[in-house]
Amino acid sequence: MELMTSVFTSEEIEKIRAEFPILDQEINGKKLIYFDNAATTQKPNVVINAIHDYYAGYNANIHRGIHHLAEKATGAFEATRESIRAFLNASSTDEIIFTYGTTDGINLIAQTYGRQNLGAGDEIIISTMEHHSNIVPWQMLCEEKGCVLKVIPITDDGEIIFEEYKKLLSAKTKIVSVVYASNALGTINPIPQIIEAAHTHGAVVLVDGAQAVSHLDIDVQSLDVDFFCFSAHKLYGPTGMGAMYGKRALLDKMPPWRGGGEMIKEVTFEKTTYNDLPYKFEAGTPNIADVIALKSAIDFVNKIGKDKIASYETELLEYATEKISQIEGVKIIGTAQNKVSVLSFVIHGIHPQDIGVLLDQQAIAIRTGHHCTQPLMARFGIPGTSRASFAVYNTFEEIDRFIAAIQKVIKLLR
Amino acid sequence: MQPLIENMTINEIQEDIISDFELFDDWEGKYEYIIDLGKQLPVMDDSLKTEENIIKGCQSIVWLHGYQKDGLVYYVGDSQAIIVKGLVSLLLKVLSGHTPEEILNADLFFIEKVGLASHLAQTRSNGLASMAKQMKTYALAFSSKELN
Repeated sequence: MELMTSVFTSEEIEKIRAEFPILDQEINGKKLIYFDNAATTQKPNVVINAIHDYYAGYNANIHRGIHHLAEKATGAFEATRESIRAFLNASSTDEIIFTYGTTDGINLIAQTYGRQNLGAGDEIIISTMEHHSNIVPWQMLCEEKGCVLKVIPITDDGEIIFEEYKKLLSAKTKIVSVVYASNALGTINPIPQIIEAAHTHGAVVLVDGAQAVSHLDIDVQSLDVDFFCFSAHKLYGPTGMGAMYGKRALLDKMPPWRGGGEMIKEVTFEKTTYNDLPYKFEAGTPNIADVIALKSAIDFVNKIGKDKIASYETELLEYATEKISQIEGVKIIGTAQNKVSVLSFVIHGIHPQDIGVLLDQQAIAIRTGHHCTQPLMARFGIPGTSRASFAVYNTFEEIDRFIAAIQKVIKLLR
Repeated sequence: MQPLIENMTINEIQEDIISDFELFDDWEGKYEYIIDLGKQLPVMDDSLKTEENIIKGCQSIVWLHGYQKDGLVYYVGDSQAIIVKGLVSLLLKVLSGHTPEEILNADLFFIEKVGLASHLAQTRSNGLASMAKQMKTYALAFSSKELN
């Protein structure tokens, strides 16, 4: 069958796929189809090799060493910071803080900026479609400080109701923390407008960029976003690390969070002075190997081109959406105008877990359940969905096999 | 509820199940059978679907209730997902209608033999492992009651 893409030739797709060794395997005697990319993307050879090369060639603790290996490791580590700065178009590497991932970044902001600036009666606005990681840190802050969490409602299509958002904004609003692209629905939120409206009320805006970062162009300066968090592992990079962008003016005033080595200037038993940005927020020996490998992931994405990746994924999404819509009893959850490549659906009378188990038998990896968005599932009155999410290495043929597999699942279960 | 398979030991029932599964040469046959077991599982009374009878997990809700009659332990169960229901049915077949001691000492070797070991994995936390554990917990509770 001919590839129905105008973005890549089939040779180009094959070349991209060849970069991902994990894809070349059989499960239950069938070729693996990996459609769980919104949970985590697979890693190209350049990322895997970067981790290997670091441990095999120049493993050393960074910043303080004076020997060759330490200098080389420090150079590679800081090169990733510069790579992220350019990737997000931040004005300075001082504004790029390494974290364990998006969740860690949000917690850092809640525990530093939040605790410093919010008090009783102050309000934090999130949306109905937030991941638990952008709900719970704020609930913890509210519990401690007596502030109030406000939630922007959404439409049945899974879009933020902007008029309702504007009504929630007031002088009491101190933080607006919203997801750029929903992991459960795929919805791309109108982040520039959300930021602009929040700023007219003097609130700072945190954007959860976990799902957005591999699909959308991010320019933190033109967005004028105050904080932006993402995870490396959804960007073809390693797990357990990510980064947080913050405007320098805010970061400068924020207290440190974790104490320890690296984040200090001088320590005496009487008083400690803290290091400058960005090290103030990076206590302890960081995840050096994975930080270094993230640069390789960013290079990989840049080399293909994010625009091309996004256009291709949109083609995959549209193709899959059209095909699955023709199956009786299927309802797509998340039908927003603008979506990243997330296809969430329910099938009448069938529990998502049964779909997941039977697709797994056919070597198709999708995600089923509540996707860590229980309040969102409650909004739609469902226990969970089945979710297929596509990345640059997926193909139209895989979608055809997926559709046939779904039909088989329905036949078995009805 | 009567013993599902009278006068058979837990191991004999497991051997029976293993030979049933040997009839299937593909995954479809196997899962069709599990789905059928799920569909045939006797209805669990709604009054037993209480919060405390839920085996907590992240995918589908599983209810399990155990009771003792004439020295034997019996179970009823249900799930939102039909395959899980089929797995509940298999465990009920094996463990229901035996003494607490027999249940506590049971080695559930059939799970691996019939190729359902993947359902023991952590991610399928509604899977066989947590159900079996819960059934043994009931048996333990009944056996310590006997001792008192």
